[in-house]
Amino acid sequence: MGNKLFFYSSITKKIVMALAGLFLISFLVVHLGINLLLLSDDGGAAFMVGVEFMTTNPLVKIMEYVLLGGFAIHILIGVIIQIQNWMARPVRYKVEGYSHLSFFSKYMIHTGAIIFIFLCIHFTNFYFVKLGIVSPPEGVGKEDFYQMATLLFADRFYAILYIVLMIFLGFHLHHAFQSAFQTLGLNHTKYTPFIKTVGTIYSILVPLGFASIPLVFIFIR
Amino acid sequence: MDFTLKIWRQKNAKAKGKFVTYKVTGISESSSFLEMLDVFNDQLVTKGEDPVVFDHDCREGICGTCSLYINGRPHGPDDAVTTCQLHMRKFKDGDTIVIEPWRSKAFPVIRDLMVDRQAFDKIIQAGGFISVNTGGIPDANAILIPKADADSSMDAAACIGCGACVAACKNASAMLFVAAKVSHLALLPQGKAEASRRVQAMVAKMDELGFGSCTNTGACEAECPKQISIDNIARMNREFLGAKMGSQKKKVVAGGF
Ligand code: SF4
Ligand code: FES
Repeated sequence: MGNKLFFYSSITKKIVMALAGLFLISFLVVHLGINLLLLSDDGGAAFMVGVEFMTTNPLVKIMEYVLLGGFAIHILIGVIIQIQNWMARPVRYKVEGYSHLSFFSKYMIHTGAIIFIFLCIHFTNFYFVKLGIVSPPEGVGKEDFYQMATLLFADRFYAILYIVLMIFLGFHLHHAFQSAFQTLGLNHTKYTPFIKTVGTIYSILVPLGFASIPLVFIFIR
Repeated sequence: MDFTLKIWRQKNAKAKGKFVTYKVTGISESSSFLEMLDVFNDQLVTKGEDPVVFDHDCREGICGTCSLYINGRPHGPDDAVTTCQLHMRKFKDGDTIVIEPWRSKAFPVIRDLMVDRQAFDKIIQAGGFISVNTGGIPDANAILIPKADADSSMDAAACIGCGACVAACKNASAMLFVAAKVSHLALLPQGKAEASRRVQAMVAKMDELGFGSCTNTGACEAECPKQISIDNIARMNREFLGAKMGSQKKKVVAGGF
């Protein structure tokens, strides 16, 4: 069997995956923006305004489905491509991989899988609660994300897990960001170095931003 | 110099291969890797054993016939050279050297270290012809080509089709090779007429032959003896996307979107 599952060429699959990935990257910024409201010391008032907006604005509601689709497409194509890539080398090398290459690019499926597991946990903790599939913790309303987050971060184990996960997210993003541009054919002697720098900064700042919240909850509150 | 060699031995395409450990002695540090194997094969034959089969031809780094995955790197531990140009002084006396064939579904082993790289020829064939006028020799400057384009095209055309990019890639992807071939024509006015058809057909063939998909690891570029840049891959992605988006509903080329 060739590399033509679903009748799409390898490059088309990658382009769609890259577009979905860039969409997820832009979503992360919005998500982080709202999460950072958790840090304002007002008992969650600011944060809940953000949540309120995200759960009621009709445009955001449409985007919710686009977002779910984006995740599904990115993950599905990623897995298909990885399986085909494993099949492309049926006999492995005895001495493997001393070629110089960007380190994180070797482990995209692994960091991706870790992020996926987190995503499942995250959905069970928040999204499915909102949808009413999972019941909220005792005495917490099903849209009271502030209480849910506070309860979760109060659990040291979860908070540490969350922080570790953000590190892996950073690894994934570090390669992903510039790789998406390369796949889309957006490569230029002048702009590519800039894209790479932005990607590196993004992949450090965004996970750090997310991780700062449990850190504040543990050490300051 | 003396070395311990761990070499992949496989009788034929069907047979199950295995690593065999040998000793080779009396190697000059200025001999090439292939010359070392020649001396070693002599020693094997004297002992009445089958020599190790490996690909080679020009032995001056221009034909792309030699291969070998040496200690985890295609064309061995030096940068930007083919195996025939790799000197034994790059190793330390007494080193153990593991020698494997290129590993890819699209490059089946024929015997020992020799693989079948016809897949590359098929991709080139799929690319097809370019339209040129026959007749007298055209005037040198009749077609204007910006110097920068001519240079980039020439850089891409330096690809010798050795397959080290496929061998190095964790996905066994042929994108660097195909991108080099697509690029050197796409950059020139002479290649423009068939550019859209060419890139679609070559990518479709590459997929069909079972090469993996590029995940932009950059291993190919690091190992390419001709230092072909992955900028060419971006160019091919661009060409491909443009060709597909602009193509007519009725298909002129095999292969899906
Ligand atoms: S791109 Fe480089 S490594 Fe790949 S076939 Fe051409 S010369 Fe060999
Ligand atoms: S034998 Fe021709 S390139 Fe090595």
